[in-house]
Amino acid sequence: MAKILAVDDSASMRQMVSFTLKAAGHTVMDAEDGNQALNIAKTQSFDLVLTDVNMPIMDGLTLTKELRTLADYRFTPILILTTEAGKDKKQEGRAAGATGWLVKPFNPDQLLATIKKVLD
Amino acid sequence: MSIDISQFHDVFFEESFEGLDAMEAGLLDLNVGAVDLETINTIFRAAHSIKGGAGTFGFIPVSEFTHVMEAILDEMRNGEREVSTLSINLLLESVDVLREMLTAVQQKTATDDGRIADTRQKLEAMKADEFEEPELVKVQVEAVTESKDLGWKINFNPHQHLLQTGNDPVRMLRELGSLGELTTEVNDSKLPPFSDFEPEDSYLSWTLTLLGDIPKEEVDEIFEWVDEDCDLTIESIKAPVKGPTRVEIMVAALDKHDVVSVEFTPEPEPEPEPEFSTTESVVDETPVVAVDIEETQSIEATLPVEKTTTKSKIATPAASSIRVSTDKVDSLINLVSELVITQSMLSQIGEHFTPKMLPQLIDGLAQLERNSREMQEGILRIRMLPISFAFNRFPRLVHDMSDKTGKKVELKLTGEQTELDKSVMEKIGDPLVHLVRNSLDHGIEMPEVRLAAGKAETGLLQLKSYHQGGNIIIEIHDDGAGLNEDKILAKAIEKGLVDASDELSPEKIHDLIFLPGFSTAEELTDISGRGVGMDVVRKNIDSLGGSVEVVSNRGEGSVFTIRLPLTLAIIDGQTIRVAGENYIIPLVSIIETLEIKTSEIKLVSGKGELYPLRDEYVPIIRLYDVFNLDPHITDLEEGLLVIVEGEGQRVGLFIDDLLGQQQVVIKSLETNYRKVKGVSGATILGDGTVALILDVPGLMALYRDPSLALFVNHNRAA
Repeated sequence: MAKILAVDDSASMRQMVSFTLKAAGHTVMDAEDGNQALNIAKTQSFDLVLTDVNMPIMDGLTLTKELRTLADYRFTPILILTTEAGKDKKQEGRAAGATGWLVKPFNPDQLLATIKKVLD
Repeated sequence: MSIDISQFHDVFFEESFEGLDAMEAGLLDLNVGAVDLETINTIFRAAHSIKGGAGTFGFIPVSEFTHVMEAILDEMRNGEREVSTLSINLLLESVDVLREMLTAVQQKTATDDGRIADTRQKLEAMKADEFEEPELVKVQVEAVTESKDLGWKINFNPHQHLLQTGNDPVRMLRELGSLGELTTEVNDSKLPPFSDFEPEDSYLSWTLTLLGDIPKEEVDEIFEWVDEDCDLTIESIKAPVKGPTRVEIMVAALDKHDVVSVEFTPEPEPEPEPEFSTTESVVDETPVVAVDIEETQSIEATLPVEKTTTKSKIATPAASSIRVSTDKVDSLINLVSELVITQSMLSQIGEHFTPKMLPQLIDGLAQLERNSREMQEGILRIRMLPISFAFNRFPRLVHDMSDKTGKKVELKLTGEQTELDKSVMEKIGDPLVHLVRNSLDHGIEMPEVRLAAGKAETGLLQLKSYHQGGNIIIEIHDDGAGLNEDKILAKAIEKGLVDASDELSPEKIHDLIFLPGFSTAEELTDISGRGVGMDVVRKNIDSLGGSVEVVSNRGEGSVFTIRLPLTLAIIDGQTIRVAGENYIIPLVSIIETLEIKTSEIKLVSGKGELYPLRDEYVPIIRLYDVFNLDPHITDLEEGLLVIVEGEGQRVGLFIDDLLGQQQVVIKSLETNYRKVKGVSGATILGDGTVALILDVPGLMALYRDPSLALFVNHNRAA
């Protein structure tokens, strides 16, 4: 099972995502914003990063870009989990180096299925 | 696997309400005409989170409502919409509606659907205003499907850097394989000599044949994330098909959600199959055969009908919770570890105790005492919240009131970080609102009146908070007209609260406004006159063990000062003895303690025993009568009289003796037993015995209650 970094500024989302992932047997660390996530990512490694887009301090797309500059995260799958569903935003996400884009509202099974797909 | 997501509802509600507060504060901070990106972003983000959460947790009406708000905020953020008073006010109204919706969902009660629909319509109208697009010109082709495909032929040529985007072709191939029957053909012509091989680069390309009835979207989806990082063609392997092809198009000029279905017959001679591109294209003229407009989303249809689904459920109050900063918790953990060390040290001493070790034991016990005191303080600190929680509502209140009355008011908050016990905070809210309304309504004058008086047009209302000793002080300053002593006095005389002959100092006159049944406003205004007087404010604050005073200067303004204990969990108490029992009187309510002479006592019919305390007569309450005890001392000269004050009135409590003063932790009687009149709680004393804590205002109410006739049975005093 994988070690996952989940980033969301909303506590309920964070709890729900962590809970879902943990229930599926993954190890989860969470962060409240991009900057916090980046700091965590620098001190330990993860198999997958799951991040929201709209967050204070550092948004998810900037985080993705920043992670891609780190040697350890060049190939790590980065999934975006957001309410944004616009083409332009998705395009931006892709340009930033994201591996996939999940649109909220999400349901736990869907999330797990996607993660499984990416990790397999 | 299914997961019960309702367990996250509480957190969602908590953060949503915080988000709404942030939105409200942000909206009030916005200046008309200016684009303050940072603030707009904060507001947008809060709305966005609520929308996402509400959607995920299945509160669809909330999510939909927020969606409309978000759209307007998005336009503001992109500079497409002006920040106007109109839009700010509408957004503020929407915040209120949203708060109501969330509260209704949380408590499973009904919503005011009319108001929601109304506000939503206003929002949609505002949004539509600036989005008038040319009519029926742009038609977007959303999707073209329904064809008899045999399958797909895919040329997939990843760019060299594909792996570095975190995408793996093998994964995609495997996924494709899961869709249908897949044949792969690898082209390795680009593989470099082994010495030049870069393991992080991708050199292979594939020609894939995927057979089966597979929608194009599913194939597209697999490549969605790489279509920029590869050369990709997806061609359908088709059996020629004739007949109508269904096309869904979106008509921009209609509401965004309206989907128009169009059917058209393809050109008679199908040329080599056109490649279906995934990107939307703009068609100017479509051979329309029949158009049937089907509104997938009408406003009425989607409105929440909570009432029907939840009418039988009883609202369950949410367990109250506090958010505590991590450093407070950390410091507690630190203290616990110290406590553990002390404990192990003491048990070591205990195991092999010799008289020689007495100094060590004393040291250890002293340390234990320090540990437990620090723990106590640390735990109390957890309940402390910054007063900004109570202050936060005032910017909105002042904004709304200025709007309504035409008064110009600047609100200044200071000391918002001053901490206060959560339970005190909850109870001080209403009195504070009342005082602020009062200052806005009766204090600060209309702009023209202010100008005529030589004051600045805009009035200043200040809320200050700071700690003083074991108390928290909250001051409400206004630079308005100040209290009008003549008017107050006239009113008080008219109401029979004072005698016309009484000589009263200005301070005494100001204090009259706190008396029950007093109201100076000739007619009650919509704002502060809500049938609640300042007497209720004082009563509420008194019940918290606090006090409220006013200092006012005619023409210059008034200052209301509220003094509150930091916590309700611990009070400074005076232990007293009555008929062999111990009781605690809160130290704040004690004025003084006297030895009295029986000769000074006046007996008044219907009022019992009165003691002349300087210029007033205070009633004497014999505590053993109240608690129905067998008295040890009945002679007033043998015992003591404790003068206490509550709700602005004084009484003398007759007791046997004063014992020590100490801090006591209040244990609720209500929770553990039931509410008892005249008693606010109980505590456990150092020796393990239980003592009741006296509630002074409650005792006074008992004393006045004629059915108890406490003041009649005083023949023992004679």
